[in-house]
Amino acid sequence: MTVQSFERDATFRSWLLAEAPESGFQAWSQSCYLAWLRLAANPLAVIGLVVLLALGLVALLAPWIATHSPFEQVLAERLQRPSAAHWLGTDELGRDVFSRIVYGARTTLYIVGLVAVIVGPIGLCIGTTAGYLGGWVEALLMRITDIFLSFPSLILALAFVSALGPSLDNAIIAIALSSWPGIARLARAETLTIRSSDYVDAVRVMGASTPRIIFRHVMPMCLPSVVVRVTLSMASVALTAAGLGFLGLGAQPPTPEWGAMLSTARQYLLEHWYLAAMPGLAILIVSLAFNLFGDGLRDMLNPRS
Amino acid sequence: MSSLTDLAPRRPVRARLPRRVLPILRGSLSIALTLLGLLALTFFIGRVLPFDPIAAVVGEKADASVYETVRARLGLDQPLYVQFGLFLRDMLSGNFGRAIFTGNAVADDLRHVIPATVELATVAIIIGCGFGIPFGVAAAVYRGRPIDHAVRLLSLVGHSVPIFWLGLMGLIIFYAWLGWVGGSGRVDIFYLDAVPRRTGMLLVDSLLAGDWDVFVSAFRHIILPALLLGYSSMAYISRMTRSFMLDQLGQEYVTTARVKGLSRRRVVWGHAFRNVLVQLATIVAISYGGLLEGAVLTETVFAWPGFGQYLTTALMIGDMNAVLACTLIVGLVFICLNLITDLLYRFLDPRTR
Repeated sequence: MTVQSFERDATFRSWLLAEAPESGFQAWSQSCYLAWLRLAANPLAVIGLVVLLALGLVALLAPWIATHSPFEQVLAERLQRPSAAHWLGTDELGRDVFSRIVYGARTTLYIVGLVAVIVGPIGLCIGTTAGYLGGWVEALLMRITDIFLSFPSLILALAFVSALGPSLDNAIIAIALSSWPGIARLARAETLTIRSSDYVDAVRVMGASTPRIIFRHVMPMCLPSVVVRVTLSMASVALTAAGLGFLGLGAQPPTPEWGAMLSTARQYLLEHWYLAAMPGLAILIVSLAFNLFGDGLRDMLNPRS
Repeated sequence: MSSLTDLAPRRPVRARLPRRVLPILRGSLSIALTLLGLLALTFFIGRVLPFDPIAAVVGEKADASVYETVRARLGLDQPLYVQFGLFLRDMLSGNFGRAIFTGNAVADDLRHVIPATVELATVAIIIGCGFGIPFGVAAAVYRGRPIDHAVRLLSLVGHSVPIFWLGLMGLIIFYAWLGWVGGSGRVDIFYLDAVPRRTGMLLVDSLLAGDWDVFVSAFRHIILPALLLGYSSMAYISRMTRSFMLDQLGQEYVTTARVKGLSRRRVVWGHAFRNVLVQLATIVAISYGGLLEGAVLTETVFAWPGFGQYLTTALMIGDMNAVLACTLIVGLVFICLNLITDLLYRFLDPRTR
């Protein structure tokens, strides 16, 4: 039986590594497999990926992983040290810190995911349009991008949140508004090199309309580097979100959020340092994982560097 | 004769301008446009985005007459472009309005808090360069060896760590447990206002006054926040130094210098490093600006009475005048830093002339 499964493996592998793919699906699977091989050669990137997958899993299975409800207040058991009942102790309202950190993974993933979904397409559209059309459109769009870039992203996000009012969704809007310009810049730079390539000329000569060229022929080529950039910027998005939460401008109580947990833990710092240690560690691990995975993706797509 | 000279083809006006003036003109136009954009963005954030900018000023329980007065004083009964004009006039003349939570003019407040932040950021950037540059050079020279991995790990963690958390942990370990550093604030409480205020930077002021005790106390207070801020800029500086140095060390002139028999030290510091200095200067300028961002969170943790804490306090109570002024100042600082790096490039690198 082992021999049989080994043979099936071998044929599957040779199907994946065949010199001449017979179908589009096979070609696609092959490129995925090769990309995976290149990624797997970089252990740090794999660690990053594993941590991110684990984060997703924790967020998904939070009700089963958490030992207590993240909202239930037991005032009789407030500020307890870590014990068998409360693995990481309890906070100032007697809530289980471990459970709140587990549920906090959901909040973090919600913010990071939404920002990625907003920022990627906006940056891509603006960047490719500016790069492909050139002229005054490019000048205008890039000027706007530069103005946004002339603020540090946290300060800009702070200003937006204070104008919109503090809430989780406004924090997401603010972070998205302050992090699209970097992606637009990158997409434009990529487009400038693609614009003058032969295949774009060929498509244009065949009579394709400008939107069609941009959407069907330029954007897909920019996609890999944009994905890398978005992954890398998710590390700083997680940090900014936690910073907003810490300042009380992000997720509002009682939502379990790591930055906000830190800011309440701050009042009990001297006697209960572990209250502050754990949420910060969680932020560090997630941000580190995004950085590691993003670096790995970049090396994978651009083996030269 | 005169008709003859008139007939002679005139040189275009552009060519008659000295060749150096044109880029400067173009540069200033670009700066002016960016500045205008900056103002437009802050105007948008402050006056267009809020649901009710008047309530943001007077509070929700103000009676109708107060509401109307403020509305008229802010010019909110006028069309948007007039409002923008008024806003431009105020901002350009440095009239940022009054901060509600201090009761002073925002401009006066800023004059008071900015030196504290400049002091913190300057000590931090000295630490960041002092460690970051040698680390980056060492990582490049010993590429792939343990020291390279250690520097990269250190820089990676520096990129990923939430700085306010690091501040809290630092306070627990070095203040509460070990007692090596002063706690929050700029100086021990009994030294407050002990030295005359000249520059607003306590380290400098206490030295000018010759008050050694105040200097030591101020140093014990600044060292932890500055180390943490410095660490975050070190992460960036060492990473960039490493990649710049790797570029240079791969060049042929380095091989030539080695073949000529120069010592490794001469090659690394005398040849390769000198060629990355210009690029490094831009990186240092950028990370100095980045320190402003880190300062917002660090100052909150350490109760450092600087720009960052001013901004966060204003944010907490939704004091838009102060928030807008702070945002504008940060944008201005960034533009200036960009300008300085541009000039540095032109000045230091003969190839751009």
